[in-house]
Order: sequence, then C-alpha cells, then structure tokens
Amino acid sequence: MTADTVAAAPSGRLTPRQRRRVSLGGQYALFVVIVAVVAVTADWPTLQQNFADPAKARDLFPEILTIGLRNTALYTLVGFGIGLVVGLVVALMRLSSAAPYRWFAIAYIEVFRGLPLLLIFIFVGVGVPFAFPGATIPGGVVGQAGVALGVAAAAYVAEIIRAGIEAVPKGQMEAARSLGMPYFRAMRTIILPQAFRIIIPPMTNQIVLLCKDSSLVLFLGIALEYRDLTKFGRDLAGQLGNSTPIVVAGVCYLLITIPLSLLARWLEARQRKERR
Amino acid sequence: MTGGAIEIEGLHKAFGANEVLRGIDLRVEPGEVVCVIGPSGSGKSTLLRCVNLLEEPSAGTVRVVGTEITDPDVDIDAARRRIGMVFQSFNLFPHLTALGNVTVAQRKVLKRGKAEAERVARENLERVGLADKIGSYPAQLSGGQQQRVAIARALAMGPEVMLFDEPTSALDPELVGDVLGVMRKLALDGMTMLVVTHEMSFAREVADRVVFMDGGVVVEQGPPSQVIVEPRHERTRVFLSRVLNPAAAGFGDAGLDEAGPSGSGPSGPTAGKTAGE
Ligand SMILES: Nc1ncnc2c1ncn2[C@@H]1O[C@H](COP(=O)(O)OP(=O)(O)OP(=O)(O)O)[C@@H](O)[C@H]1O
Ligand SMILES: [Mg+2]
Repeated sequence: MTADTVAAAPSGRLTPRQRRRVSLGGQYALFVVIVAVVAVTADWPTLQQNFADPAKARDLFPEILTIGLRNTALYTLVGFGIGLVVGLVVALMRLSSAAPYRWFAIAYIEVFRGLPLLLIFIFVGVGVPFAFPGATIPGGVVGQAGVALGVAAAAYVAEIIRAGIEAVPKGQMEAARSLGMPYFRAMRTIILPQAFRIIIPPMTNQIVLLCKDSSLVLFLGIALEYRDLTKFGRDLAGQLGNSTPIVVAGVCYLLITIPLSLLARWLEARQRKERR
Repeated sequence: MTGGAIEIEGLHKAFGANEVLRGIDLRVEPGEVVCVIGPSGSGKSTLLRCVNLLEEPSAGTVRVVGTEITDPDVDIDAARRRIGMVFQSFNLFPHLTALGNVTVAQRKVLKRGKAEAERVARENLERVGLADKIGSYPAQLSGGQQQRVAIARALAMGPEVMLFDEPTSALDPELVGDVLGVMRKLALDGMTMLVVTHEMSFAREVADRVVFMDGGVVVEQGPPSQVIVEPRHERTRVFLSRVLNPAAAGFGDAGLDEAGPSGSGPSGPTAGKTAGE
C-alpha cells in the first residue's frame, strides 16, 4: 500500500525503479554511439603509424630501459631518500615542544607545499650556481634532481610522518618513558616502528608522485646519458618525427606507477582489516 | 624524616585553572602496600603520574627511594628505572611479542645482553603465570594476560616501587582475579606498591593502608579495617556505599554535593544516578 502511494505520487507513469533503468540504458546507449563514431571516423592506420609504430618502438630498446627507465628510477629513489630523511627531521621538529622548531617546521611545510616543483628545479639548476658561485650540489645531475625532488617531497613526507606518529596512542610513549627510555630512544624503538606501519600506504603514493615528478629533470639541462624517460621519449620523438617514443615512455611510467598504486591500495585494505 | 620509599609533600597540580591536586602529603614505607581510593576525577591518576613525573607537579616535592624526582636537575630516566608503572589500558607495545615487550627496555635502557635480558624476561613472565605466552603478540592475548605481561615488563627493570593505576578496571570481571592474584603475590614478596583501585576486597585484604582521596586532597587514611570498614568521614562513607552497593546509590545519601561528578565503580550505572541528584 505504501509502495503504491510512493510510486504513484510524483511523476505519472514511471516508478522510481523504472526511471533508474531508463537512465542507465540511456548512458549505455550513448557510450556505444560514441565508440562507434570514433571507430568509424578515426584513421586507424595513420594513428598507429604516428603513435604506435612497432618498428620504431622496437628501435627504442634497450636504451629506453637502460637509460630512460634506469634514470627515472634513480632520480625517484634518491629524491625519496632525501625526502624521507629531511621529512623525518621536519616531522620531529613539528612535534617538538620547543616553539621555534615548530615554527620552522610549519614554515618549511607551507613554503614547499606552496611552490611549483618546476620553480624548485629551476632554482636548483640555475639559481644555486648564481647564488653561490663555485658551489655545486654533489652528485651532478642525480644530486640536483634528488635535492629538488627531495626538499619538496619532504614537506609532504613530514605531514605523512606526523600524522603517523600522532596516530600512535599517547600511552605508548608514556609506557616507554616510564620504563626509563629517553625521548628519542622511545621514539626510535617504540613509536616510529608503529608509525611506519600506518605510514606505508600514503608513502607508497608519495613515491608514485615522485616518479612522475622526476620528469622535470628536463629543465636541468642534462647530458644524454642522464636522460630520464620523459626526455628520452621527447628527444627520440623529435629525431624520428614520430610520437611512438612518447607513448612507449608513457607505458614505461605505468609499469612503475600502476604496480605501486596497487601495492598501496592492497596495504591500505590490509591495514583496515587489521584495525578491526 | 627519611627512609620512606615514596615521600610526597605539599603536592599541587593544576591543569590551567583546574586545580586537580590541592596539597597532598603521603608517605609510603619500603615494603608497604598503599591503596588509593576515591571518586572519579578526584585526582588519583594525576597523583600517581606525578610520582614518576609523567605529569609535572605545579608545586611540592616528591622523593622516591631518596631521589627527589621534582628536582629540576634530576636524571628522570634514571629515576624512572626504579619506578615500575602499570596502566589501566596496559599500553603493551603491539609490534613486539610478550618476550619483546619485557626485554626491550632491559636491552636499550639497562644495556643488558640478549641472553641475560631474555633470562630475566622468562623469569618474570613465569612469575605472572605466562611462561607459555612468550611468543604471542599483545593482540593474541586476553586483557588479563596483557596486563600481566605489562606487570612483568615493569618488574624486569628491577624497580624498587611499583605504581598501579586501576590495573583491573579495563578487564572483563572473570579476568580480574588473575591480575589481582599476581599483585597479591607481589605484595607478599615485599614489593612497595602504590595502587589506585576500585577493588575493595583487594584493598581490604592486601593493603597495609588505604587512602581516600576526594577533590584533590587526602580526606582520610589508615588501615583498611578503619577506612573501609569504619570510615570516619561522611564523604568516605558516601563513596563506599556507592562502590560497595552500586544499586542502592542515589537513594537517601547525604552529602552528595561535595562528592564530585560521579561515583565511579567498576560498574557503570552509579554515574548517571548520582549525577542526577
Ligand atoms: N592532561 C590533562 N589535561 C587537563 N586536565 C586533566 C589532564 N589529566 C587529568 N585532568 C583532569 O584532572 C582531573 C582529575 O583527573 P584524574 O585522572 O587524576 O582523576 P582520577 O581520580 O584518576 O579519576 P578516574 O577514577 O576517573 O580515573 C579531572 O578533572 C581531569 O579532567
Ligand atoms: Mg584515573
């Protein structure tokens, strides 16, 4: 009886369920039409030649892996290493009971979250040599890219670590201190191991971001053997007059980032289960 | 006046404008078992936490086995090694096994070797009746077992005094006995103990002295036969009648006004009734 009144009340003939069905059917129909139009009108042979030419793709190997992928992975790892160390220090400063440390940490986080990463790359590549003539960042391009990626990532890493530390119940620190552990010893042995478990999923996402952002080494002006995936793809696209290298470079990124994203999601799901 | 295991003089503690401890004087002799009772919010936990400086007192002195904890120059980490603390919520380290929980501070703080730390850990886990749970993680243990691991963890540091803050309040009733049993044994072994508890039968049977606190002061203290059985003060009587007979609380009790927001017992229903008066 109630079902009748509800269904009949507002808009004449269709029940809510029928309306949902019609709407869903409409969406599918639209999708099919778009796919059909694209399939008919697109010039497949030309598209394939321009974007996915198997012969040209084959020529990219193995250099796109031994140079491009290798360097992308290298910049990502060095950047993450620096970001992790700096981020941990900033996070601990953020949680310090001494106010000046907290202010510094807050300023650091806000500054580096607010600046475009490209500007930081340009500063490292161009600004540092101007500002400190004769000074160089150790490690050449790897060092420069690592520093640019690392100092920026540190701002995000610091916030992730802080959230992780704050998620560890207060009683853990109290129990450790009441056993006579000094603050930093308790942090290292009791709090951080627990915090890192909480931190791992968001940290994995941070590595994905770093991997993509490492493409900005393009703006450091680098020698051939330091080319990352993006610059490698761009250079070869120019040389060959064909977009296939860019597509292959893109696929190479996905080979790193998609497994990492899946890993992060799996870790998150596992953690949610453990919590319960 | 020296030689006491714990000597508290003129202890004040305020959180902002909230004066929680308002001049506490309390002395615990070596080997003595002192139980602290009192309504919720009366400052029992704060008192205990001031004894190992988890809270910084606003005024007054605390001495533990001769060391003045409240001295600004004191090596607090060294002092805390002589004070074992057991929390209401156990606070075991969840990423370590029972053995790891009991060895970690021995290794990192006392710098004991692995073999010795494990030997001491096994001894103490055996002492609390958990020799067979050495490899279990806290999540795999019942509340009562976790609390007993926490006691072993504190004992492994060789403390000279032990502080217990409502060690059985978070436990299911059928697990309370195991933990109290361990504490009773510890008392018989001559450990100096300062225990905040709502377990009146434990206090009556084990305590050398019972201290009733209310509103941040010690209202009365003495042997359990006096404080629990024949309290002198009206506030003590009101509190005890609520704890000992929760169902009757709130009916015809005098002096509710100064008794604090609620009478907290292991059984919750008292709170709502008394607050409503
Ligand atoms: N860290 C803190 N910051 C601010 N106020 C606090 C803090 N710790 C305790 N208090 C306040 O101090 C008062 C006494 O708290 P305390 O925990 O010592 O009481 P208690 O006697 O242990 O009570 P219960 O039986 O409920 O454990 C309460 O009013 C509480 O709100
Ligand atoms: Mg308390």
